[in-house]
Amino acid sequence: MTLFKLIPTSGQPLYLQLMQQIRHAAETGALQNGDQLPGIRTLAEELVVSPNTVAKAYSELEHEGLLEMRQGAGAFVCVKRRTRLLTDHVHAARAKVRDLIEELRENGLQDEEIRRAFEAELLIPAAIARKR
Amino acid sequence: MNGARVIQTNALSKSYGRVQAVRNLNLAVEANRITGFLGRNGAGKSTTIKMLLGLIRPTEGGGTVLGKQITHREGNRKTRQRVAYVAEDKPLYRYMTVEQMIRFTASFYGDWRPEISRKLLLEYELPPDRKVKTLSKGMRTKLALLLAFSRNPDLLILDEPSEGLDPVMIEHLLQTMVAQAGQGAAVFFSSHQIAEVERIADQVCILDRGCLLLDTSLDRLRESYRRIDLVLPSEAAEHEFRIPGVERIRTNGRQVSVFASGNAEAVIERAHDFHAISVEVAPVGLREIFLETVKEN
Repeated sequence: MTLFKLIPTSGQPLYLQLMQQIRHAAETGALQNGDQLPGIRTLAEELVVSPNTVAKAYSELEHEGLLEMRQGAGAFVCVKRRTRLLTDHVHAARAKVRDLIEELRENGLQDEEIRRAFEAELLIPAAIARKR
Repeated sequence: MNGARVIQTNALSKSYGRVQAVRNLNLAVEANRITGFLGRNGAGKSTTIKMLLGLIRPTEGGGTVLGKQITHREGNRKTRQRVAYVAEDKPLYRYMTVEQMIRFTASFYGDWRPEISRKLLLEYELPPDRKVKTLSKGMRTKLALLLAFSRNPDLLILDEPSEGLDPVMIEHLLQTMVAQAGQGAAVFFSSHQIAEVERIADQVCILDRGCLLLDTSLDRLRESYRRIDLVLPSEAAEHEFRIPGVERIRTNGRQVSVFASGNAEAVIERAHDFHAISVEVAPVGLREIFLETVKEN
């Protein structure tokens, strides 16, 4: 059993998807400080993805300070205060998104149209989005 | 062996009479990676693999597998001790039982892992006492896979390994391939099942009519391939969107659909220059990339 689900066709590298899901799990409290994640090989077999995908996600998260790799023992979550702050940011963002969606629905937009609008905007790189 | 190449070919070519099965193939397969070798039936995948293993001689060009020349007979024999190979037609000795076949194969290889062999025999639900010739096609494939996976090779070459397997078995197969990669084997597998390659491969090579059309990492592919659908205020000339990275443009009046292998940002900027009414950017899956790439050829 694992919390993570990677979508091969989503237009985002699988290691990035895994990083985001681990980060999200830490921000929501699904993963707590000191929790152990499966080893690289185990998780790769569970998710049926290349071990390189898991290795890259773990190593990037170790760089960010969210994971601690212990030789032979696997990966451990280390939630610092910064992560908690992020949790607040995420909560605030969700509230904003909720309001916006409500407004768009009131304007008569279908959920499917709203979803496509969000997805299309998210795929536009940040550098260009700012210029507009 | 990080970054090292387990397979390297140089203008590798094979002709049968006037038919060119493989043309000028320059393949570089890295260690510590899962590489998917994708192509339609008859694209030249099996011919390439057989040349790599020294089973057929190239007409021109050459290459190395684990550093040994593929055309060198003695080197080839040594290489085969470190390469596990599952052939497309899964050849086995028909008169042997499953158990005899396993014992027979085990005797050839110093890297045989009896515990894995026993585990897979149970998981694959293979009947040890049945003769190979009475097995179904799916069972024969499972036996061939068991014989390869029970070893601990540096390189695993699988030619259409999922052919004839049911979805449950395919899932198990992909998991086993991932496990082999986790133990340090470079995995090189041919397939025409795009979804399999998309799930487990680090690198994808697309072969069509004997030519290598694409050799790139799945990460890069996911990051850079995009379809951009535009609606413009007036009819647009196609050439306005011919910029580096754009592979294909379709126009229908004021609608423009751009297929880009990269540089999607520039297409979006161009669209804004033309005061586009709508800009939709969508990721492109390997299926679409494959179809577009093969169609172009």
